[in-house]
Amino acid sequence: MNDQSEVGSARFALVGVPNCGKTALFNQMTGSRQKVGNYAGVTVERKIGTARTPAGRKVDVVDLPGTYSLRARSPDEEVTRDVILGRRTGEAAPDLLICVADATNMRAALRLVLELKQVGRPMLLVLNMIDIARWRGIEIDTDALEAALGLPVVTATAVRKAGMEALWARLDALLAAGIAAPAPSVWAEPSAHDLRTAQREADRMVARAVRHPARPDTVTARIDSVLLHPVAGILCLLGLLFIMFQAVFTWAQPPMDLIAAGFDALGTLVRDVVPDGLVQSFLVDGAISGVGSVLVFLPQILILFLFILLLEDLGYMARAAFLMDRIMGGAGLHGRAFIPLLSSFACAIPGIMAARVIDNRRDRLTTILVAPLMTCSARIPVYTLIIGAFIPARTVAGVLSLQGLVMFGLYAAGIVSALAVSAVAKFLFWRRDPTPPFMLDLPDYKLPQPKSILIGLWTRAYMFLKRAGTTIFSMTVLIWLLATFPLPPAHATEPAITYSFAAMLGNLIHPLLAPVGFNWQISVALIPGMAAREVAVAALGTVYALQGGGDQAVGLALAHSWSLATALAFLAWYIFAPQCASTLAVIRREAGGAKWMWITFGYMLALAYVAAFLTYHIAVMFGAG
Amino acid sequence: MQHQNSFDGRPTVPLGQALKGFRGEIARIAADTTVSSLSADEIERRLIELGFVEGAEVQILHEGLFGHDPIAVRVNGATVALRRREAMAILAY
Ligand SMILES: Nc1nc2c(ncn2[C@@H]2O[C@H](COP(=O)(O)OP(=O)(O)OP(=O)(O)O)[C@@H](O)[C@H]2O)c(=O)[nH]1
Ligand SMILES: [Mg+2]
Repeated sequence: MNDQSEVGSARFALVGVPNCGKTALFNQMTGSRQKVGNYAGVTVERKIGTARTPAGRKVDVVDLPGTYSLRARSPDEEVTRDVILGRRTGEAAPDLLICVADATNMRAALRLVLELKQVGRPMLLVLNMIDIARWRGIEIDTDALEAALGLPVVTATAVRKAGMEALWARLDALLAAGIAAPAPSVWAEPSAHDLRTAQREADRMVARAVRHPARPDTVTARIDSVLLHPVAGILCLLGLLFIMFQAVFTWAQPPMDLIAAGFDALGTLVRDVVPDGLVQSFLVDGAISGVGSVLVFLPQILILFLFILLLEDLGYMARAAFLMDRIMGGAGLHGRAFIPLLSSFACAIPGIMAARVIDNRRDRLTTILVAPLMTCSARIPVYTLIIGAFIPARTVAGVLSLQGLVMFGLYAAGIVSALAVSAVAKFLFWRRDPTPPFMLDLPDYKLPQPKSILIGLWTRAYMFLKRAGTTIFSMTVLIWLLATFPLPPAHATEPAITYSFAAMLGNLIHPLLAPVGFNWQISVALIPGMAAREVAVAALGTVYALQGGGDQAVGLALAHSWSLATALAFLAWYIFAPQCASTLAVIRREAGGAKWMWITFGYMLALAYVAAFLTYHIAVMFGAG
Repeated sequence: MQHQNSFDGRPTVPLGQALKGFRGEIARIAADTTVSSLSADEIERRLIELGFVEGAEVQILHEGLFGHDPIAVRVNGATVALRRREAMAILAY
């Protein structure tokens, strides 16, 4: 063994069944901010961090996707298997396996530990969530477990710093003594017989070492008798989604007004300080009005994420999957597709990555291909802008905001189209194949951890701000350049922008988009909008600012110059259009081929065109032209 | 429930046919009749991994709206959601 006090010389890998708190432990050990959530399949990649033990030793810690066995049934489990067996090229197997078990339910975890022992690496078992176990009155005899397993066993509470002391002390002692050399691996894929034998042995250990309280905890079962009730459960799910979208609209308004006012003031200030001319135009019409028009939406995005994070940490996601299973299955989607699709409400990229938990390649592909149809948060600015400009802020039936209702409808349209596309794909390509099984662990409810919710919100806010500062800003600059140059002739009669490259470009594409009711300004805004959906809002902001709407907000300018039919067609376009370069790149990677990226691009574009076309013409028929 | 026979002389019920509220003990796993995209052996291994082994206590806690499917099963302290079709492989008494 080499000297363990060297920089990151020892590598520890966290392994365990899904949802036992590996990532929470990883974050606590390394100070990272990886995503945790109370459902199986949160982590789908390996993550590496460095930790410093209390005695000052530096170690590398690897967080891995949860798995029930090293059999590796799906791509995320392959990651775990390859790391543990040392099959990754250029990466040695970890020096120590830190096996993590949920102390409130360790049957499956102990079986996995028995399987892992065959790999021959030194191991240590952490009984995590000991706080919950104690609270429920579960008593665990760790000495008995140590003796039965032949491994060091410690208890921990990963979500609290103080809950880590026993683990750190053990790790330091191990490092001081030098980690044992690994034994040769005798691991082979377990058969049903092996699994059964191991599970029996694990159950015997649990029976000997764990004392359950006389009156078991029934909170989860009682909550579920409502939330998983065949009728009440579905009503609760719909009600929840509905409240979520109403909240996105109503709660966010005050902070949004504040941000908008801030940018207005900034614009006015710059106008006062910087002399008229190109520099002023660049700052006010380009940077401030472009980036500002997107940043306003930060509160809405954060409210949406707050809801999703709370539901994830509470343990509701698996329940929602349970309630939706028949509907999803009817549309040909795999039972485990629900969580990836729900994550896509935030952003399609983590959603597509989360599809790794689906074992069957065909089902995984379907999920990946329809994930971008779910309404991601980047569509919120587009939707809100158009809704704010064209849908009156009335209340319906006394309490519901009409704007919130339209937003809800747009989300519903995304969901329905994802189901429809997958149903069509199933019908066309694999009608006769039997449906894959659905088996999912329903975790006990947990009180959300305020800290991890805040970290989750901050991560989102940071990503959004970073995007505003990079992609959105640079696209805005591009649009400003295109919309400003070439400068108009000396005695121009039209607004300056009509002589610009933007107008030329817009007019070039316009014939293609005229049938769906788009004007040349929309046509040109769609180009930078390919980089990211929100950019279209920034681009419209810049184009209309330069066109000389004066100081009025983008929304007002749009309300002036678009017909209702055009606005609705634009919304319909955005339900489907593949306007996000990073999503397409992730599809190429996760689906394993550029072919799938182009298929997604093609079908979404076709749907967008058809949907916008129909919407426009139907709206015109009803006199909204 | 005459679909399945008996085990050790006691009549067994496939969990896939049991009603909500059913409580029992697993007699054996018989995945060979399940229609699925997975092999019988793979279904059996997955069920075992989720805790469905002979002798485990099971209880059907909840069921879905359409066709009473899927079901949420309590098995030795954990709760697992699965479809009735796969649950047909679990014989209980
Ligand atoms: N009360 C309590 N909650 C915990 C503890 N450890 C983890 N949790 C919670 O348990 C849930 C699961 O934690 P994760 O760290 O995401 O679990 P994981 O093992 O990484 O899960 P996968 O990545 O899906 O395999 C989260 O909601 C955590 O906040 C603990 O020690 N005590
Ligand atoms: Mg994790």
